Amino acid sequence: MPVENVNKCLHCGLCVGSCPNNAIFLNEVRLEFNEDCTECGLCSRICPVGALTPGGK
Amino acid sequence: MQKEYDVIVVGAGPGGSTAARFAAMGGAKTLLIEKRQEIGTHVRCGEGLAKGLLDMAEIPVDRNWIACEVDGARIISPGGMKFEVDEAKAGNETGYVIERDLFDRALAKLAGEAGADIKVKTSALGIWKENGKIVGLHLISNGEKHDVRCKIIIGADGYESQVGRWAGIDTTIADSDIMTCVQYRLTNIQIDSKYTEFYAGSCAPGGYIWVFPKNENTANVGIGLGAHIVKHGGEPKEYLDRWIAKQPGMKNAVQLDMVAGGCSINAPLDSVVCDHVMLVGDAARMIDPMTGGGIAHACMSGMQAGKVAADAIKAKDYSKQFFQTYEKAWRGKIEEKLFRNWMATEKVQKLSDETFDKLIGLLAEVGMENISVFNILKAIKDRYPELVKEFEDLL
Repeated sequence: MPVENVNKCLHCGLCVGSCPNNAIFLNEVRLEFNEDCTECGLCSRICPVGALTPGGK
Repeated sequence: MQKEYDVIVVGAGPGGSTAARFAAMGGAKTLLIEKRQEIGTHVRCGEGLAKGLLDMAEIPVDRNWIACEVDGARIISPGGMKFEVDEAKAGNETGYVIERDLFDRALAKLAGEAGADIKVKTSALGIWKENGKIVGLHLISNGEKHDVRCKIIIGADGYESQVGRWAGIDTTIADSDIMTCVQYRLTNIQIDSKYTEFYAGSCAPGGYIWVFPKNENTANVGIGLGAHIVKHGGEPKEYLDRWIAKQPGMKNAVQLDMVAGGCSINAPLDSVVCDHVMLVGDAARMIDPMTGGGIAHACMSGMQAGKVAADAIKAKDYSKQFFQTYEKAWRGKIEEKLFRNWMATEKVQKLSDETFDKLIGLLAEVGMENISVFNILKAIKDRYPELVKEFEDLL
């Protein structure tokens, strides 16, 4: 699952609305990823501010 | 918190507040919830708004939320060709740069005055079902969980909408239908506060850079890139920083804020309703694929959904079938435009800088009485028929 850099993330919700598996949830202060994540890498690639790194646990 | 409502609207943006307002006006017992503690902030928006489109949702103009009134829009090609679209000729596609936080609060106030309850710091956690049937929402309000019954849920929860997905409405879009955006509010810059400006071409692959004036030396300066084109995270910000560094009028720029966001540029969805649920605005993927504008469509669809919700309560019919009235209403206003602009956007995304120079130069030269994608294509056809070949199916 991707790793969020909380110091970069603007909580804009782009990754949440773009995830094809609905595996990302934005709870006001940080992102949560659920088991539906297939590590497709879309969210990391399209994050406007580069706050997601692919491939954590 | 009360245990039962007729209608619960999720999200107090322009679409949600307008839906709540019209549902309450129609006599439905309505609750409007907003996950944030403050309606309207933080602002995640370019704040451009077409004047005439406000009429579509019967929204009274209030000077308090107007930051700047513009004469028109200016489209600038990579080589510096400029095409100006005056307000009068733009088919109402230009107009105000607004204060979104104040705008959103004004619309929420209208909803409250119409009789809707409003709860801030209140999120939906999921749809409440009994025997497979939707009977309400699981909410969390100020840290406390509540199960609240309702007959109709209006999903106005924006680009990152969960309501639609929970209800089983397919709102998935391909990466080619996503724009990845970042915007700064810059002050101490030299701008023309009478025009919104759009910069096309390789400065923003698959999208554009916008400069929307807030006052004489302050503007929202943002970029949207095609999500299928970007190669790594952070690219929108890198492109925007590079572009700003090259603008002589922005040498002494001071940054007041930074926001990011997603913007859908898809063809209209097949369905935005199911039994007990209607989606409005960005949650229903109704953003104009060409301009990226979402506010007016959100307000219009909110109004239609609110009215239909009130009618449904009176008729005691909350079925997908009944909600076809809503589908017909919003599609009648914008579906054709959304589809045409989606087709056109797909082609425009592929144009080279040289072609942009040619086209924008041509448009500047011939001028235009009524601006629309259709008329623009016709003008191009007369001069550069080979370019229009790609667009033939739109004519």
